[in-house]
Amino acid sequence: MALYSEKVMDHFRNPRNVGVIENADGVGEVGNAKCGDIMKIYLKIENDLIVDVKFETFGCGSAIASSSMATELIKGKPLSEALALTNKAVAEALDGLPNHKLHCSVLAEEAIKKAIQDYYEKNGIEYDETKFPDCENCSHCSSH
Amino acid sequence: MRRIYLDNAATTKTSKTVIKATLPYMEEIYGNPSSLHSAGQKAAEALANARNTVAAYLDASEREITFTSGGSEADNQAILSAAAIGVRKGKKHVVSTAFEHHAVLHTLEKLKKQGFEVTLLPVSENGLITAKQVENAIRPDTCLVTVMYANNEIGTIQPIAEIGAVCREKGVIFHTDAVQAVGHLPIDVQRENIDMLSLSAHKFHGPKGVGALYVRKGIPLTGLIEGGAQERGKRAGTENIPAIVGMAVALEEACKNRAKSSEKLKKLRDMLIDGLSKIPHSVLNGDREKRLPANVSFCFEGIEGESLLLLLDDKGICASSGSACTSGSLDPSHVLLAIGRVHDIAHGSLRLTLSEENTEEEIEYTIEAVKEVVAYLRGMSPIWRDLMNGKKEFIIK
Repeated sequence: MALYSEKVMDHFRNPRNVGVIENADGVGEVGNAKCGDIMKIYLKIENDLIVDVKFETFGCGSAIASSSMATELIKGKPLSEALALTNKAVAEALDGLPNHKLHCSVLAEEAIKKAIQDYYEKNGIEYDETKFPDCENCSHCSSH
Repeated sequence: MRRIYLDNAATTKTSKTVIKATLPYMEEIYGNPSSLHSAGQKAAEALANARNTVAAYLDASEREITFTSGGSEADNQAILSAAAIGVRKGKKHVVSTAFEHHAVLHTLEKLKKQGFEVTLLPVSENGLITAKQVENAIRPDTCLVTVMYANNEIGTIQPIAEIGAVCREKGVIFHTDAVQAVGHLPIDVQRENIDMLSLSAHKFHGPKGVGALYVRKGIPLTGLIEGGAQERGKRAGTENIPAIVGMAVALEEACKNRAKSSEKLKKLRDMLIDGLSKIPHSVLNGDREKRLPANVSFCFEGIEGESLLLLLDDKGICASSGSACTSGSLDPSHVLLAIGRVHDIAHGSLRLTLSEENTEEEIEYTIEAVKEVVAYLRGMSPIWRDLMNGKKEFIIK
């Protein structure tokens, strides 16, 4: 199908890092079923390094591909790098997404940030709240 | 790779007989039916014959048939014509249903901007409305009732004859969008008291870009396109003779084979429904009995339709879904919402629509493929995990 790039189709057909990490150090879930996309990211963190990452996604082809690509981009990376990951970088790594699917890459960025936030919360690590998505007050789903 | 085409409600394969019948109208009889010379008159003769064929199928007279570019144009013209009559009589209320095709719904939206009131009847969970609902909704200022013959997504067949009787008794124009029904069900505009009917050729193995509007004698049509006097001044533009001939041939062919084909399709359909019903937490959309012979529509909890379609396509199966992601909006199909499927469930919908070319073996393969893909997608779905862990309650039991 010409809707998606080869890269998107590859990550959709053969998603990397699918699954769950039991007793994960950080878990982040974004999106909702009403909109048709939910992404959940599990992180295993050692010495500020993401030693393992898994994801579960309910959503369309680009949502699954975005999760897969995002996990690849942060695996083995320090938290600072993972926090700097933008949705644009995810979309570019996938050789682009159709315009109306760009929100899938936003979900991937936000799911990672949420998982790291969860890790900070669990471990009493101080962080700058403004740098994390405010999912409770996000107008993403209703704005379309 | 093999291809199993199960999206016949979207469009059908053009029949070989149809292709063969249309070619002479491009190669030899290419005259303009408005021309006086013999080349033109031969085309005019073909046009008249095609009109007779379409009229005969509906039990209408040939003067009551206007050729259009398809179902959408026919719907637009029917509704806008009835509205124009309404305006002249000071009647600006229309009765329709919540699960019409967008060609109807968007035209009604247009009327609302012109000061019309529109009552969209709610649809029952099994995808049906009743004549009683229509009767109760008709007001002294109602100028039109428009109810689809059969729904394009969930295949449910509405009680058209009963609705027609109600409208006739109340003296209200009754239009039906019969795009999914023509060629697949017997239709008789006299017996069913239908005043206007839209049809589209490519839904019954005819060419794309051609359709027709039946309008009962005495109801004036409003033209949407200005220009020449084609179609008795109601639809300007040189007639698409090859396509119109193709539509008539397709209709003849569909009628000739209908009884036999319908029997075969129902058998395949029921086999598919039985097979897919075995998938846990799945539900058939639309009434099991009052449905088109070729329509199967399901919702599967915990998954999203677009990824389901893409993976089925990888297995050679062409299907469709009412998921939001396939429409480019965040809202899933208005049809599924109208029958009470919540968003979460409507996103996980799958429509499989058959044709006579499908085989039992293809249906068996499809059942297995859908089972496999649904299980695979559920395996990576956080919603499914929550449902299985009891953190969330199943909506589809």
